[in-house]
Amino acid sequence: MLPSDSADPDSRWEEASAARVVPPARPRKLAKVPFVELADGRLQGVVSSGSDISRVYVSSVAVRTFAFACSTNNNRPCGGARGSFCKHIEALIAEAVLQYGGDRVGRYLRVDLADAAPTAGSISSTMRATRPAQGDTSAAAPVFSRFLRHLAYLELAATTAPLPEMQWFPPTRTAVA
Amino acid sequence: MVPADPDGGGLMRVDLLTEPVAGLDEALAAVDAFDRTLVAGLLRPQPAQAAALTGLADAVAGTPLAERVAEAADKAAAGAASEDDLVALAAARTAVFGAVHDALTARADEATGRVRPDEQPFPASESASPNLLAAARSWLADLARAGWQGLDHDVVAGAAQVVSAMLPEPALRRLAVLLDGFAAELAASCPGAALERVPVRRWADLWSRAMLLTRPGALTAAPAEPVSGRLLPLGVDLHEHATAVQAQVHAVFEPADGSTPRLVRASVSAPKPDTVVGMGVWQLLRPHMALLAAVSEGRSMDLDGMPLTAEGDLLWDDAQARQGDPADPFATARVALPKAAASTAAPLDRHPARIAVPVFLDGYGVQRDDAATVFALPGHNLPVDIDRIPTAGPLTPEAVAASTACIGLLRWDAGRFAVQPLAVEATVKKKALVLHAGAWAGGTADTAGVKAEKAATDAVAVLRERAGKLLRR
Ligand SMILES: [Zn+2]
Repeated sequence: MLPSDSADPDSRWEEASAARVVPPARPRKLAKVPFVELADGRLQGVVSSGSDISRVYVSSVAVRTFAFACSTNNNRPCGGARGSFCKHIEALIAEAVLQYGGDRVGRYLRVDLADAAPTAGSISSTMRATRPAQGDTSAAAPVFSRFLRHLAYLELAATTAPLPEMQWFPPTRTAVA
Repeated sequence: MVPADPDGGGLMRVDLLTEPVAGLDEALAAVDAFDRTLVAGLLRPQPAQAAALTGLADAVAGTPLAERVAEAADKAAAGAASEDDLVALAAARTAVFGAVHDALTARADEATGRVRPDEQPFPASESASPNLLAAARSWLADLARAGWQGLDHDVVAGAAQVVSAMLPEPALRRLAVLLDGFAAELAASCPGAALERVPVRRWADLWSRAMLLTRPGALTAAPAEPVSGRLLPLGVDLHEHATAVQAQVHAVFEPADGSTPRLVRASVSAPKPDTVVGMGVWQLLRPHMALLAAVSEGRSMDLDGMPLTAEGDLLWDDAQARQGDPADPFATARVALPKAAASTAAPLDRHPARIAVPVFLDGYGVQRDDAATVFALPGHNLPVDIDRIPTAGPLTPEAVAASTACIGLLRWDAGRFAVQPLAVEATVKKKALVLHAGAWAGGTADTAGVKAEKAATDAVAVLRERAGKLLRR
């Protein structure tokens, strides 16, 4: 038996400077969906157009209501997103599950799921079964600008001056509950 | 206990690491009570919060901060704290942790038999960009008033613009990276009212540290002097959050003039998109520090005029380093590490989270279950922090469990010392192996590693292609 130095793992976590709060993103291929995030009360992201390399779709699904929207970065509505999820939204959900895990995506969207390990398919079909309304595309501009901000991180210079603050950010091998 | 090294190496007194440290519980109690005031926020403090604020002021009563903090605590207890009052409270909390750091460092030095020089003066200079620092301070003050339970997307979103403006400024990089990682955690935890548990100490740490870094002069770089000699790597410590990564190589530096060898660190860091993970982070860092390749190849490096700070940080420049002879980190750990002198932390860096003392351990047994791994030494157990081992490398928890010798970093968190493995000697299926956490830092021929390299290269290529099209239009 191991020595138990603390009876309650939660209180140890609360007293830990290096407590893990956000699980790291899992690696995935980025060609189809270069950007996805759980933010601003939506699952939102940017999906590449299958036909035109310079065009992207900005797609989103709202937490709880599952109101969905899809339009191009030039704010032209997506023809597929009438009445129900288009293929861009389906791709967005699939890649979000790869990046964050089905549990976290389902929990964030407040999808009422019976299965213990939700898949993109079960999350999507459960949401579609509630017959969600089509939302407006007003989020497209801010989501797109968040994508550009995300890309801009690649342009920032590396440094060899020490960052002592990074001591608070150790890697983690385990998903955070 | 670890047997003494026959070559005259140090005897690690693991027993000292589990003995109580005088005054520690009292200091932590004062800080914990203050930290809990940030859970509910300082907008309308309750009597318990007022008592905690007074308690923090009492904890620094005998210091030069006493008067200013007492005044700030009074104002905060009345729900009327100004930004400067909040900075004073953050300073008080930091001072208490400074004392905790010193006591724990002294204990670790005693356990490892290490000599540490006296504190050195760290000059402060004026900071650039006072407007950005003021904007950061104002956001942090909003957070303190809202409290962690009052978090919502509007409060958290206030950081984004400040961070975007700070990141390109080299002098502000430290604060920018801290705020960015902090804000991402807060955003992922919204709404605060629905939180089942709060990382109370962690968020108070990040908040008070950021608060202090907004003060003029706090971001002054440590003074450095050029040094020449041989650098013998021990291992690589990786740090990462969603949008930043840092690798720190711990090493023994042997000055060419024959003076006392020193324990040093060499760091390289970069901001990153959150989808660049695993092998991708080594790829981002690799081009900026040849030392990572030397680590992967098991080589030393020869330094010529490389700046070294009083804190023991090499300010790496590839132009001042060239490839050296092969050097086995375990030989360095057995022979050179015990004789190397440590450095003293800068005043603002005195915090237990900063403690990362290179150690060499052998002669232990390993106990492992689902919840924990410990190195069992006669009469004493040292917890092993296997969660810190990066996934993009050959070192695994299983290898640690099968190990007979370990190079690690001695750390302290949540009330106890633990060791973070950087490398192990292990016997797996009757084969003797040496595995380093940072072995893939400079690249790898390992089958699993090569596959991960390819996937990471493709991911970054997609993002760069997109950035090229969209950012420069
Ligand atoms: Zn669409």
